[in-house]
Order: sequence, then C-alpha cells, then structure tokens
Amino acid sequence: MPQSNNFGFGDDEAMLRDAARKFFQANCPPDRLHAQVAHDYSIDRPIECIWDQALWRQITELGWTAACVPEAAGGIGMPVVAAVALAEEAGKVAFPSPLIATLCSTMVLRECSSDAATTALGAVAGGQALSLAMTNRAGSWDADATDVDATGGTLNGTAYFVQDAGKADRLLVKARTANGVGLYLVDPSIEQVTIVPDGIVDLTRDQAHVQFAHAPAIELAAPGTGAAIVERAMPAILAIVSADMVGAGEWLLQTTAEYAKTRTQFDRTIGFFQAVKHPLVNVMIDVDRAKSLAYAAACAVDEEPDNAWMLARMAKAAASDMAAFSANRAVQFHGGIGFTWECYVHLFFKRQMHNQTLYGDAVYHRAKLADLLMGAAA
Amino acid sequence: MAEGKRVETAEQAEFRQYCRAWLQDNHPGTPPVPIPQSALELKEPEAMAWLQDWQKSAWEAGLVGTDYSTDYGGSGRDGLQLIANQEMQRAKTPYLPNIVGMGMAGPTINFHAREDVKRELLPPLLSGEHIWCQGFSEPGAGSDLANQQTFAERDGDSWVINGHKVWTSLAHFAEWMILLCRTSKEDKYNGLTYFVVPIREALGKGVTVRPLIKITGGTGFNEVLFENFIVDDRYRLDAVGAGWKVAMTTLAHERGAGALTTPAAGGMAVQEENAVNPSNAYGLIDLAKQSPRNGKTAADDAVLRDEIMKLVIRQEGLKQTQRRGRVAALVEDGTRIPLQNKLVSSEIGQDIGALAYQIEGAASSLYVNDPHAPAGGQYPMAYMNSFGGTIAAGTSEVQRNILGERVLGLPKSK
Repeated sequence: MPQSNNFGFGDDEAMLRDAARKFFQANCPPDRLHAQVAHDYSIDRPIECIWDQALWRQITELGWTAACVPEAAGGIGMPVVAAVALAEEAGKVAFPSPLIATLCSTMVLRECSSDAATTALGAVAGGQALSLAMTNRAGSWDADATDVDATGGTLNGTAYFVQDAGKADRLLVKARTANGVGLYLVDPSIEQVTIVPDGIVDLTRDQAHVQFAHAPAIELAAPGTGAAIVERAMPAILAIVSADMVGAGEWLLQTTAEYAKTRTQFDRTIGFFQAVKHPLVNVMIDVDRAKSLAYAAACAVDEEPDNAWMLARMAKAAASDMAAFSANRAVQFHGGIGFTWECYVHLFFKRQMHNQTLYGDAVYHRAKLADLLMGAAA
Repeated sequence: MAEGKRVETAEQAEFRQYCRAWLQDNHPGTPPVPIPQSALELKEPEAMAWLQDWQKSAWEAGLVGTDYSTDYGGSGRDGLQLIANQEMQRAKTPYLPNIVGMGMAGPTINFHAREDVKRELLPPLLSGEHIWCQGFSEPGAGSDLANQQTFAERDGDSWVINGHKVWTSLAHFAEWMILLCRTSKEDKYNGLTYFVVPIREALGKGVTVRPLIKITGGTGFNEVLFENFIVDDRYRLDAVGAGWKVAMTTLAHERGAGALTTPAAGGMAVQEENAVNPSNAYGLIDLAKQSPRNGKTAADDAVLRDEIMKLVIRQEGLKQTQRRGRVAALVEDGTRIPLQNKLVSSEIGQDIGALAYQIEGAASSLYVNDPHAPAGGQYPMAYMNSFGGTIAAGTSEVQRNILGERVLGLPKSK
C-alpha cells in the first residue's frame, strides 16, 4: 500500500507537535538545561541521573505518552509519525527524560498481542515510564541477542546499554528460554533487580546495565515469539531515535548560524566566509535528508510495512552521519568558546554522539541495507 | 511508493486516470534514431523532429501546459501538471524537447510579458513547435551573472543589440531566445533589461550561432553572437532596468523552485529494453553485480557496497525531501527545500557517475564508441556530463551562497 502524500501527518499530529514545541520553549531553554545537567564538570564526578520529574508528570498529564498507545488499550491511537514529531521536538531541546525510551518501548508493546501487554500499554497511557532492556554485553542489536535468561517466571542475568534506566518505572526485558526469546515486564525497584549506572559522555540522559537475580517478571510475549516482535518494532524505534537526532541537528545548525552572524574576525562576521557558510549549508541539507527519511520511515510503519525496514535503515544511517557532522561543525565554528564547558553546544554534541551509535550506527545500517537491496555478499 | 493512493481530490484523481489511459494508447514508442541522455544534447534534426511531434501530441491531449491559462495554450487547471508529469514518467515516455521553453521561458513570459505577446508566444512554446534557448551567460558573466556586457541600445520602437552569449543549449534548433542585456552602464543590477528575441529568422542578419563541443565530445550548446540585431520593443519583458528581477523568475524555475510546475516527461527508458539510466543510484547495484573484482564481483566488495548505499540513501532522501517540501506542516521555511533541489540532485548525479567509474574497474576506460564498454559507456559519459549540472544555472558554490544567505541568513558574499 502506498504512503499518503502528507506522511500521515494531519491536523491532530501537527497540533500535538506544536503544543510540544511551545511547552519545550517555555520550560526547557538551554541555559536552564545547562544549569541542571552540567553543574559539575569534574571528570571524576559521581554518576547521576538528573531530570525534572515534575516536568515529566506534566508531560504525561498532557497525554504525550498516551499518544501512540492504541485506543483499545486506553490511549489516543495516533500513528508513529506523531511519536517521531515528539522525538524531534525533544531532540531540539536535548530533553532529559524517559520520553524517547517510553515511546520506543510503546512500539514494542504495540507488537505484542498478550493481555499483559495491553495492560502495560494502559499503564503507559496513564503516565508510567518504560525502557527497553534488550541489549547484550557485546552491544548487539540483533533481535535475539540477550544475556538474560528466563525460567519459571523469573529472570537471571544482565541487560546492557539500558537507556534512561534510572527514570523508568518498568523495564521491558528480552530474555532467553529453552524455547526461544520471550519478552518480560519487570519492576526495577524490587530487590532482585540492581541498576548499575554507566558513566557516559551524554549529560542529557542516563544509561545503565541492569542485573536480574531471580527477579519475578510478567510475561508479555511467549518464548519463541520475542525476537519477531522486536524485529517488527525496530523500524519505528529507528525512526524515533533518528528524529531525536534531527531535532538536535536543527538546534546545532541554527545556533551555529546565529553565532556566525555575530562573531566578528577580520572585520567581518564569520558567516561571510565560504569556509564557514558552505559547510553550514551542507549541515542543513543533511538535516533535511535525515528528517525526510525519518518521517518517511514512520509513515511506512503506519501505512506501508513492506518498506518500513528499508526506509528506517536509510533514516538511521542518514541521521547518524548527520548527527556526527552537525555536532562536529558546531564545535569547530564556535571556535575557542565552542571547546569550553560553558558553551551550550557540548550538551547537544554529546547527545548526538550517543544517539549516533544507539540501535546501530550508519555503517551498520548501510551494511544491512545492502543485504536487503543487493543480497548478501559472496 | 510516491504515487497512487492519496489525499487526492476528485478532479486530480480523474485527471490522473485520464492521463494514464491516454498514455496507454498514445505512447510514442521507440524513437527512430537514438536520442541522447538529455534534450540539451540533441543535435540530429530527425531526433528533434520526432520529439517535437511527441510534445505536440501530449500538448494537444492536455498533458503539457496544464497549469497555464487557456488564453495561452494551456488548460487553465491549477496544480495538475505535476500529475501529468508523474504519469508520463510512470509510462516511461521520452522527454519533452522544448526544455528551456517550458522550464524557463514559459513561466517568465507568463509572469512578465505583455498580454498580446503571451498570446502570441506561449501556445507554440507549449506545443513544442517553437524551440527556445537561453541567452544569459557570457564569457565574462558566469557565476557573476549580473556582469552582463551584451548591450541593447534604444532606437525608437526598437532595440539594437550587440554582444556575445555562451553555453547556449539548443540555439541551433531555437526559434526564440530569452535574452538578458545591459541597457545602462550606470548601475550593475538596475542597468539590465530582459527581452524575448526571434533568433532563427535573424540568422545571418545580425545573429550567428556556432557550436561548442563539450568534454564528452558531444555538442548541444553554442555561442551566439549579435551584431546590430534589431528587436521590437514589444518583446521587452517588464520595465527597462527590471531585467534582474525578471531573470530571478527564470532562475527560480530553472532550479525547480518556481511557482509554475515545469512539464516534464520520462527520460531515456524508451531507447531499448535494458538501457541503463546513469542518473539512478539503484542502477549501480546491477552494474556492481556485473563488474568483476577480486575474483568475485564489485557487489561483493564491502567498501563499494557501503558507497553504493550512501548514494541510494541520498537519492531516496532527496525524493522524500521533495515530497516533504509539499507538506506545509513539515517545513519551517518555504524556500529551504526548493532552493536545495538543483544543488543536491546535480551532486548526487555527479557522484553516481564517479562511483560507477570505480565499480567498473579497468573496463571504465571504455567509452561509448567501444562495443565492449560496460553499460554502453553511458556511465563515463554521464559523469562527464554531470558537470553541466553542477556548473550550469548557478554553480554548486553559488547555490551554497544562496542557501547560506537566504535561508540561514548569513552575510552576503558580494
């Protein structure tokens, strides 16, 4: 089935996006973000999970987490493009919250068909924050990779690279059984679960590895069905993470262009020089490409599933390269001040570095895309 | 993926069906002589005549000039040309030959000419009867287009024109030319005036057309010399001194950022069953599978696979960005996407040609005149031709200035 001309982005989606933009503009200016997450510059600073829980409560009350929960589960039932628009706005302010992790988890829950998953979706619509615990120690993004075992309704082992683990109310865990991979819901506050925070570059999120020792869990997807569910959900997840990078890329572009209009050297504002002007135009072109592909990938999930993987891999590859490039040029063109902790650019630079590799970097996705379009190499 | 279902009005859907049915019955088939990669390279009169016949039949059927008023040879139906274009591309028709006429001269005349001149010139332009060419560039006016030296001097109700234009595609077939001239030496930008001029009837009488040969060995463009060439004042567009403003209408349409959609049909797919389209990144996949490398094929080489995917992603990205450019809710600034179009598409085209060269390996040395050349030698030719795209209509460097200044608000280079 072909895609709608407008990417399925109608009036309701635009209204949600505009409301999010306004909310972020009012509540998340970069100076406040910097004061919040970058108050301690010391390299050996304690690992902290910093976020504004009151702001998060407002967001859940505004229904953003309910947006993409199906109506049957108590949500609003909006398409994936709505989640992509929210992620783009969150990226534009480098928002520290479990929003992206919850949207990604929602995409997995939407592919499960159990009553337990429906209940979990209802809880998300009601404001519960979720995160995916699906990656093994080697950092594999394969749908069946995990270092967690499930036996008799309890989990043992460790999940790695869990995003915003310290902010999540529940974890969606991929675990191995004798009959294949299943999906499980776990309350991370119980004593059988230990969250070990990672020391990471990005200041706008937290990440952890999570240890399970006989942790009781609710089965969301039966053994043997988990990998296929993750596989179906992954294009939407890639589109969402790509959109986060698109938003951050746009902030880096506009902020650097603004700086190039005010910073004077050789009696001219530096944006006059083509060595600055032309690479900034290249950043803009790359942001636009990544944005278009992210929306096209989301629309494919909603309307054209056969092309979802292709467009999602294109989006993540384009967005990852753009993330690296936009961050790199932003620091360089800010010159000496861009190299300092006090300039806000580093917050976005670090978020781009993080998102670049999350769920697979550009080289990874291009290799998979080549397998899809060219067949495997001999 | 880009056509079919849609938030399409009843009129649009009905017109799409009409185009599809008409094209099924009236596709012109295979040309009697080979046609080059682009209309700008046409040199055989027989090929031009055949393509003009095709344009005329498409025009008579209402597939060309759809968005123009019925007074000017159009159908007076707003926003339907895009649908006709999509259906012509889908039907793999050959291209329409009057490319400068429809893409540049037509919209400029439509927005700036006198009423009687519109009625006189637009119908034979849209039908393809009159081929048009563009007289903008000069030996000293390339990227610095406003540095025009061709001079038009007023003489009663006429103008006397002297000067030298270059890179004039299709001038050897053209009846008419759009012409940018200097009418005052006092002011660089406000000293320009824009004319439409009948060059064919003046050949040997003030107008000389000489071919220029490109790096491919192909022709298609010319230099045009004016010596006391007399033009009636009615063929002046807009006011004396308003030439730069009028030229901006032309350039916006040339770069795909104008108000009117240019009628455009398919490409070279009509030539033969397995003809390659050297400007399509997906074509590199087949090329790689057919190109030996290290005892396997280029399609098994990890680095080349990565490079091919980069181009496929850029091409798909451009397509999706053009699509997004038509969705108001998903663009922040109305000029940002249209102004990228020419820059991005020409550079993708160039990089496809360059990568094909690497994929083909030693055999990339074989050109179109060698029977063993991979893909008929079309890739090396397309690569060389691609510089037309990155240089003409404002070089890539000028395009980046325009984008940086108009969209990002950076200080002007001049």
